Amino acid sequence: MEKPIIEVKNISKRYNITHQRGGYVALRDVLANIIYRPFNFLISKTKEVTGIKTKEQFWALKDINFSVERGEAIGIIGSNGAGKSTLLKILSQITPPTEGEIIMRGTVGSLLEVGTGFHPELTGRENIFLNGAILGMPKKEIAEKFDDIVKFSGIEKFLDTPVKRYSSGMYVRLAFAVAAHMEPDILIVDEVLAVGDAEFQKKCLGKMDEVTHKEGRTILFVSHNLSAISKLCDKVIVLNEGKVVAIKKTEEAIEFYQKQVPAPEENSKQLHINADITATNFLINEKPISSLNPIQSGEEISIECELQNTGEKKTLNIGYGIRRRKDGVIVIFTHAELEGIELTIDEKNKVSMYFEKTRLSPGEYTIEFHAWLEGRLILTEKEIGIISILPCTAFGAEQTFTNFPSVIMTDSKWHVERIFSK
Amino acid sequence: MSTTIIRPKKIFHFSDLKELWTYRELLYFFTWRDIKVRYKQTFIGVAWAIFQPFITMVVFSVFFGSLAHIPSEGVPYPIFVYVGLLFWQFFSNSLGDVSNSLISNASIVTKVYFPRIILPISNILTKFVDFLIASVILIGLMIYYGYTPHLSGLLIIPVLLLISFLAALGGGLVLASINVKYRDVRYALPFFIQIMMFLTPVIYPPSIAGKYSWILAINPMTGVIKGARGAILGTEPINWLLIGISFGAVCLLSLFGFYIFKKTERYFADIV
Repeated sequence: MEKPIIEVKNISKRYNITHQRGGYVALRDVLANIIYRPFNFLISKTKEVTGIKTKEQFWALKDINFSVERGEAIGIIGSNGAGKSTLLKILSQITPPTEGEIIMRGTVGSLLEVGTGFHPELTGRENIFLNGAILGMPKKEIAEKFDDIVKFSGIEKFLDTPVKRYSSGMYVRLAFAVAAHMEPDILIVDEVLAVGDAEFQKKCLGKMDEVTHKEGRTILFVSHNLSAISKLCDKVIVLNEGKVVAIKKTEEAIEFYQKQVPAPEENSKQLHINADITATNFLINEKPISSLNPIQSGEEISIECELQNTGEKKTLNIGYGIRRRKDGVIVIFTHAELEGIELTIDEKNKVSMYFEKTRLSPGEYTIEFHAWLEGRLILTEKEIGIISILPCTAFGAEQTFTNFPSVIMTDSKWHVERIFSK
Repeated sequence: MSTTIIRPKKIFHFSDLKELWTYRELLYFFTWRDIKVRYKQTFIGVAWAIFQPFITMVVFSVFFGSLAHIPSEGVPYPIFVYVGLLFWQFFSNSLGDVSNSLISNASIVTKVYFPRIILPISNILTKFVDFLIASVILIGLMIYYGYTPHLSGLLIIPVLLLISFLAALGGGLVLASINVKYRDVRYALPFFIQIMMFLTPVIYPPSIAGKYSWILAINPMTGVIKGARGAILGTEPINWLLIGISFGAVCLLSLFGFYIFKKTERYFADIV
């Protein structure tokens, strides 16, 4: 049997936590420390050397094991801080593991960012060559693929314009076009699809799909975009707090990930509306608010919170807004008074709200919270949680709409009848 | 088929050299980028590479040559100081750039893997192109003052360039490694380079130090500049011993620099 193309054995990565503000220390501080407190310095150094003093350490990854067969498309998901990026950095050889070993049988191309090394002063044409070389493509190969790259990016007209004059969309297109033409055996991709407009994202996904399913390359794909993961990947690795918690088929893994109880500190968000009233325990669709709550498009969205009042009874008004994360467009907004509801808050109350039949197009949305007292807006919290809308089969149709052009879809009634000429 | 093995520690291996060879095109592209980008959006463009050493030479000739009457071993002062400046600026500009190479390319270093040593080497190659451009002035000066170099003397120029290259690389690699953690290097270096220039016989002949001139010889650039003057202007016979010692010293320096760089290289992305 053929050996797996990637073998990850007992990979761990430790970071020492340092409590300085800047990313680097000035020599002056080190010297000053030695001069002002020579004994402290000596004592702490000896402790360090003899191993008595334990440095504050943080394991970003602990004992990661998995292997990937040739031609597989593997997704890696996990909430923020689960270790996804660290794992990718180790696989791309940007940072070494603290323990363990990885064997990769084949050429590796990693894409942690699109447009790495793009120089604003250089023209599109020049940047194609520079970026290609940084991604590890030989000059000859870039020259051969040059026309394809230009065609894919759709910036023919601006090829000889410095990229600093490009719009951000053009910049990303060009960058992705170069990256999409890499031909390594193993491709490591980090959330690069989170850029560009919907049409271009579709194009990127299509290209990635082609790379994995038609050309049979092995791909490791990290993303928050569960819809992209479910479209591209056969298998998904779920990370949580630096450990692999599941390696399953895509649907099962996403389901598992959705059920995963988020870290406790994430759901205990407390908002102080005024001196007496606090809002806590926000729930979205009965799940605590984690950094990402996946919801099927068309599924009812319910938001719940607890209001606690330590003072006297008050009438309050609260409201929610749903904002598309990509462009900050507010899609839905409502508050209790709009529906003619008066919220009278005594000691402890639970307030629930439903958005009925909301068909948001797939993507990420942030939920914001507002509170009014005596007609005056007194609190706005921009982000009490993020939801990720998964694609679904639209109303009656069979196919899935991943890139629906509008933000919301509503019921529309259609009727056809024959007109008889008189 | 290529197999990559990633382990916590990686010590120098001969496959590193092979890897460097496979990445030679990237070396070319980095050098090309730096040359291309440097004089973009400037009015006189590449002429800056000539302008800078030329003006420095003129100012030095007026103050040190004509006013202070610094001896110049029987050669017209402008041409004497220009040979010194040419090599000194190649060395000092390279040293400065190499020291900042990792930091100024941090956005690439933290995103893509390639042998990091490519960055400092490409920096020096860029400065070498400047050296070649600035040499045009030297040729002009030699024609003006009617000096013909000895052919045999010219053969030593590549050796002198190699010494300057290794000196800048070795010193620069050590400083670059320190610079990643302690940014003091960035502030201390320009000032240090300025002082170093006066400790190197750029604007004066080493002979003015009298019996202490041997102290100057500790500095490998002394050997380079003396050698260059001997070779190009025929001021003195070439001191092979001095050049040999300088060469040995810079070899050791660059090995040391390479060792330090290699040792810290893989952790750059965590600290930068």
